[in-house]
Amino acid sequence: MGKITLRNVTKKFGDVAVIPALNLDIENGEFVVFVGPSGCGKSTLLRLIAGLEDTTDGSILIDGADATDTPPAKRGLAMVFQSYALYPHMSVRKNISFPLKMAGVDPAEATRKVDNAAKVLNLTSYLDRKPGQLSGGQRQRVAIGRAIVREPKAFLFDEPLSNLDAALRVNMRLEITELHQTLKTTMIYVTHDQVEAMTMADKIVVLNAGRIEQVGSPLTLYRNPANVFVAGFIGSPKMNLITGPEAEKRGATTIGIRPEHIDLSTTAGEWQGEVGVSEHLGSDTFLHVHVPGMPTLTVRAGGEYGVHHGDRIFLTPQADKMHRFGADGKAM
Amino acid sequence: MATQHSRTAARLMISPAVILLLLWMIVPLSMTLYFSFLRYNLLMPGMETWAGFDNYYYFLTDPAFFSALSNTIILVVGVLLITVIGGVALALLLDQPFWGQGVVRVLVIAPFFVMPTVSALVWKNMFMNPVNGMFAHIAKALGLQPFDFLSHAPLASIILIVAWQWLPFATLILLTALQSLDREQQEAAEMDGASVFARFIYLTVPHLTRAVTVVVLIQTIFLLGVFAEILVTTNGGPGTASTNITYLVYAQSLLNYDVGGGSAGGIVAVILANIVAIFLMRMIGKNLDA
Ligand SMILES: Nc1ncnc2c1ncn2[C@@H]1O[C@H](COP(=O)(O)OP(=O)(O)O)[C@@H](O)[C@H]1O
Ligand SMILES: [Mg+2]
Repeated sequence: MGKITLRNVTKKFGDVAVIPALNLDIENGEFVVFVGPSGCGKSTLLRLIAGLEDTTDGSILIDGADATDTPPAKRGLAMVFQSYALYPHMSVRKNISFPLKMAGVDPAEATRKVDNAAKVLNLTSYLDRKPGQLSGGQRQRVAIGRAIVREPKAFLFDEPLSNLDAALRVNMRLEITELHQTLKTTMIYVTHDQVEAMTMADKIVVLNAGRIEQVGSPLTLYRNPANVFVAGFIGSPKMNLITGPEAEKRGATTIGIRPEHIDLSTTAGEWQGEVGVSEHLGSDTFLHVHVPGMPTLTVRAGGEYGVHHGDRIFLTPQADKMHRFGADGKAM
Repeated sequence: MATQHSRTAARLMISPAVILLLLWMIVPLSMTLYFSFLRYNLLMPGMETWAGFDNYYYFLTDPAFFSALSNTIILVVGVLLITVIGGVALALLLDQPFWGQGVVRVLVIAPFFVMPTVSALVWKNMFMNPVNGMFAHIAKALGLQPFDFLSHAPLASIILIVAWQWLPFATLILLTALQSLDREQQEAAEMDGASVFARFIYLTVPHLTRAVTVVVLIQTIFLLGVFAEILVTTNGGPGTASTNITYLVYAQSLLNYDVGGGSAGGIVAVILANIVAIFLMRMIGKNLDA
């Protein structure tokens, strides 16, 4: 079981309220991603759940029981740190079996569990190495192995992939998602990368300055962002956010339209602009179009789209995919 | 230093320093070596004759030599044990956040700045003196017989004094090492269910081995040559109870005016120090590799 409930959880460092009172329910078996810009309090929130920081106010419930004052080891949660936090002088085997040793698990049983974890994580041939002799991805897997053998109620990941190169990141992303599907254990995953959030999560929690901006499934956030912040944060490339007369014409303070929801034409359309930079990815082409009276708009064209810098182009936003936001930034 | 020309210039420029250093070391060493083969007593100047290995024979078969050797070892090992264990304990305490941390850290380092002669005299007269010393007062206040440290436990007293002097050094090195211990590792261990004690054994101790190695190596070099503390407190006595090799060499050459014997002792001390150095490097020097 791994149901985690946060009730009015508050964290202050001195006078600074990093997390103002926050409420959140995490269901058993869910893959929840906390996403938000750097410094918005994601790690702090995760550490509060782990018990590595004391809450200033509010309570944390794990499986219905109040765990606010329970020490980290007793909460039954396992954490994977950004720096991996492996024990440098211990072999991979010793690293993975450390929590078992601390729990007084029978050595034969521990060996069996470590071997199992190593097999799942492709670490079998590295068990006798020291962490210093492993690559970044392997270290990451050792850290995950150390978490798995404890059979925790929930896994906590703090930006586990941010130290890996792009290709490895995509691989590990898949591996972690797959691990979740095999283990079916609750996972809370912190990242500032909305692509990781979109691809991995059952439920995304968008944080901004310690506040929850929106909670929902990836597609809910994509389709119905609750406010300007979420609209701008979720989706790649970013949603075009337009203020001024064009927004007022539609009765909003800000309107948002995603790059993939603008139709292109070289002959006629609602907005007329000039092509700036065009990024050719092969599968897609992203055009940056300068339209008078608007910020530079990003537009996605499927496949290869043959326009050049300085060409005239017409844009038509798909009216039903348009997002309208009021003066308070909330969706209308 | 790319070109032949600049390399020659560089050699030329550092040569005065190198030559001076070489003379500085080689001249006294070779003179000591030379004297150690002479029958050379300051009471009979100008009567030097060739003595072969006699000086070495007498120095090495002197019963005082063996007690001096064992005293030296006990002194070094004793001080190392106290400073390393005490240093780790103090460093752990000083690493905790508490009010007035900065001041306390400076105070802890203070003994290191006191000259050996001064600190030994302070210990001898103000603490260990059986009549006026603080320990005597405490003992009397508790209704106990004052203990005459320097005559009944001379070597232990000297170990205590020297350890007091070196404790700050060990503490300082170990404290810096402790501060470089990764916080996330500690937290990971905490989540893995390791108690404070287990974290100390499995994380702190392995992390500190390198710093302990540095402390042991540096201190050993200095502790082999402890002299001032012995001279001002016990004069090597009673008998030879607190005589170490350094002090024995001094007693031979200056108290007995026997330059030849003293020189032989000096050479023996140099050889012993080198043996210890090789031994140490073999044993714990590998901890210093990456
Ligand atoms: N121990 C601390 N003391 C004071 N301020 C802290 C501490 N830890 C984090 N903060 C502050 O809390 C805010 C959120 O930090 P963090 O949770 O690490 O952000 P994130 O992980 O989202 O990048 C930051 O502004 C940071 O400066
Ligand atoms: Mg963080």
